[in-house]
Amino acid sequence: MSCCAPGAEMALEVAAAASAPPSSEEIKLASRFLGSDIHQTDLSVPTVHCGACIQAIEAALGSVENVESARVNLSTKRVSVRWHGDSVPPFFAVLGRLGYQAHLFDPEIHEKDRTLSELIRAVAVAGFAAGNIMLLSVSVWSGAEGPTRDLFHWLSALIAIPALAFAGGIYFRSAANALRHSRMNMDVPIAVGVSLAYAMSLYETINHGEHAYFDASVSLLFFLLIGRTLDHVMRERARTAVNGLSRLAARGSIVLRDDGTREYVPVAELAAGMRLLIAAGERIPVDGDIISGNSDLDCSIVSGESAPKTVGAGTHVQAGTLNLTGPLTIEATAAAKDSFLAEMVRLMEAAEGGRSRYRRIADRVSALYAPVVHLAAFVTFLGWMVASGDWHRAMTIAIAVLIITCPCALGLAVPIVQVVAARRLFEAGVMVKDGSAMERLAAIDAAVFDKTGTLTLGLPRLVNAASIDPAMLAIAADMAAHSRHPFSKALATYGNDRSRTKFDRVQEEPGFGIEAFAGGDTWRLGRRGWAGWKARTGGEGKYGGLGGTVLAKNGRIVACFAFEDATRPDAKAAVGRLKDAGIPVEMLSGDTARACADAAGILGIDSFVPALLPSGKVERIETLARAGHKVLMVGDGLNDTPALGAAHVSMAPATAADIGRKAADFVFLRESLLAVPLALDVSRKAGRLIRQNVAIAIIYNAFAVPIAILGHVTPLIAAIAMSASSLIVIANALRLQATAKAAPDAAPARRRTDVIEAAHP
Amino acid sequence: MTTLVYLIPVALFLGALGLSGFLWALRSGQYEDLDGAAERILIEPDAQDNEGQRSN
Repeated sequence: MSCCAPGAEMALEVAAAASAPPSSEEIKLASRFLGSDIHQTDLSVPTVHCGACIQAIEAALGSVENVESARVNLSTKRVSVRWHGDSVPPFFAVLGRLGYQAHLFDPEIHEKDRTLSELIRAVAVAGFAAGNIMLLSVSVWSGAEGPTRDLFHWLSALIAIPALAFAGGIYFRSAANALRHSRMNMDVPIAVGVSLAYAMSLYETINHGEHAYFDASVSLLFFLLIGRTLDHVMRERARTAVNGLSRLAARGSIVLRDDGTREYVPVAELAAGMRLLIAAGERIPVDGDIISGNSDLDCSIVSGESAPKTVGAGTHVQAGTLNLTGPLTIEATAAAKDSFLAEMVRLMEAAEGGRSRYRRIADRVSALYAPVVHLAAFVTFLGWMVASGDWHRAMTIAIAVLIITCPCALGLAVPIVQVVAARRLFEAGVMVKDGSAMERLAAIDAAVFDKTGTLTLGLPRLVNAASIDPAMLAIAADMAAHSRHPFSKALATYGNDRSRTKFDRVQEEPGFGIEAFAGGDTWRLGRRGWAGWKARTGGEGKYGGLGGTVLAKNGRIVACFAFEDATRPDAKAAVGRLKDAGIPVEMLSGDTARACADAAGILGIDSFVPALLPSGKVERIETLARAGHKVLMVGDGLNDTPALGAAHVSMAPATAADIGRKAADFVFLRESLLAVPLALDVSRKAGRLIRQNVAIAIIYNAFAVPIAILGHVTPLIAAIAMSASSLIVIANALRLQATAKAAPDAAPARRRTDVIEAAHP
Repeated sequence: MTTLVYLIPVALFLGALGLSGFLWALRSGQYEDLDGAAERILIEPDAQDNEGQRSN
């Protein structure tokens, strides 16, 4: 990809264009106080992707007054700015001038990733120990004897101690935790195998024995930790990308006190009865009633209604809706914890079912595998006791059985495939947030989509452009450029850059439309009743009857505009491919039956349920689940969030509401809906490879266990067999990458509007 | 046997040196922005002068 063309790669224009940059009070609220008058603000800047970007941003921010330092992190696409003084420096204006779009980052999710650094340290220690012990072991295998061999064994025992304590601790803790809850996971046989191998080797070393398995126990930990670390890194990368998306919910609001003072108050401290000032472009923070002001509200993310709602004094508004055109004063009727948003979170928690009951493949396999292996070792011990009566020999062979069956390949079988699959999806702009998500997605047999914002973009599109006089359309487009109403933005794209209409004055009447004056004529673009005040009632109502959007000259209607919700790119193809894969597709929407029928007709969806409340969506999914279906839910709105939680597995677009993105297992960053069939395809392939890998691991055991039971295993054989089986499993997992590369890319990036494209310069 | 007396400690010492070097690099945050570090060598130093040395 060529380097920066700032402005050309606006990530997620859809979400960002409608909302204004955060106020300085909001920035202050989201920044951390570092002491001695210094604040640190973290911004997520998804379009940073090269050295020139770093230089431009750091130089520009560094020269702003009161800024101490600015540091870009290219890997996480963040900028942290340290500043002092009381007033917040204008970061957003500076970044905006450079062509970068930034959003504030929540301080609490900025916490350093402790697990990752613990894992990397453990890998480093285990790698050091494994390398050195292996060198000593090779000398033993090639014939070191007597005191030299004892010296090497003692050294190995010493080197293994920090590795076991540090790297093994992760497995011991996890195994202990599983046993305490009387469950079984893969870490239990690993912990048992590693610690028994060490204990027996130590016993052998003390008694000048020939066989010590220090190398096996440490290199086993090393291999498994690599798999575990890669798994963690992959998920963390996905989570970072999702966290870096712009936040849609309000952080706070300006409160108008009784004495006339204005104060910025965080959402959590808003209480019922407070009067709030909501500027155009801001989201409503809590439920409330409008006291004064007219405006249009975009409810698409809250209720799924695609058309903006005109509101005035007395109307009840819900938290999360976006105020589009005019300033509003509202009286809060509920605190944030009693608002619509909080109610959705409660509904989601109540509905949480499918995924908490799900048991990972690795855990299910180990629940069968561990008892069999441990029983086999015990029987071996009994058998050799009976056959030879030699206590020491029987114990050695039994432990050798445990070591050789220690599930190195099994422990890698699942995570390594998921790492490769997650990477493949990451490149296609699909973030996988949970390792088990792909296992669950591979098992689905029904898909449920939300309409507004998921199958459609939630953005209106002019449908009758061809039948409108081009001159009138150009005038309408020039007027529309002055408004942020979704209809206006759709119209503004028809503007002609060469011949701009000269208006003397343009003003927006919130809730009604736009009025412009040009050379004695009054043009009005907006609601029919307001714009065409001289027209006979319903006179020219070709589109939308009495309603609809019109352009009027001096009160006479000269053009009517009809809009429909634009479908997401490739939505029809995505639905078709899901059907080809044998997945029936259903649409659940909060929108009207007519809007749903139109969309369903265009997209080829046979069944849909309109006008659903959030609880209705959950009920529908639970009904499907009771009928034995495993349901995939794809949705973006606040009203979909409980359903996302209730479904077996869930996906959300990057433009979804914050809690929806948090609840979903997959988040796709590109506009194209083909992400859904792609994720299904990759998950199914991954599922197949996981089963193959488990089979390989079991076949390996079928050969290795008899050799071990017969007492022919030496540390050399154990080392070769275990490494070989791990390598085969890894090689098999890598086939996923190879087949994916060979196949034509399923989701080509058609526009450079996505974050991930920017991530790979 | 006598060679081993100093060869093995030397080998272990060098290994431990590498390990502690890695752990130090990890702790001092050198792995936090791998992509950025690769690009920063291309940035002209005089453009960075006014920002001085930074610890993180």
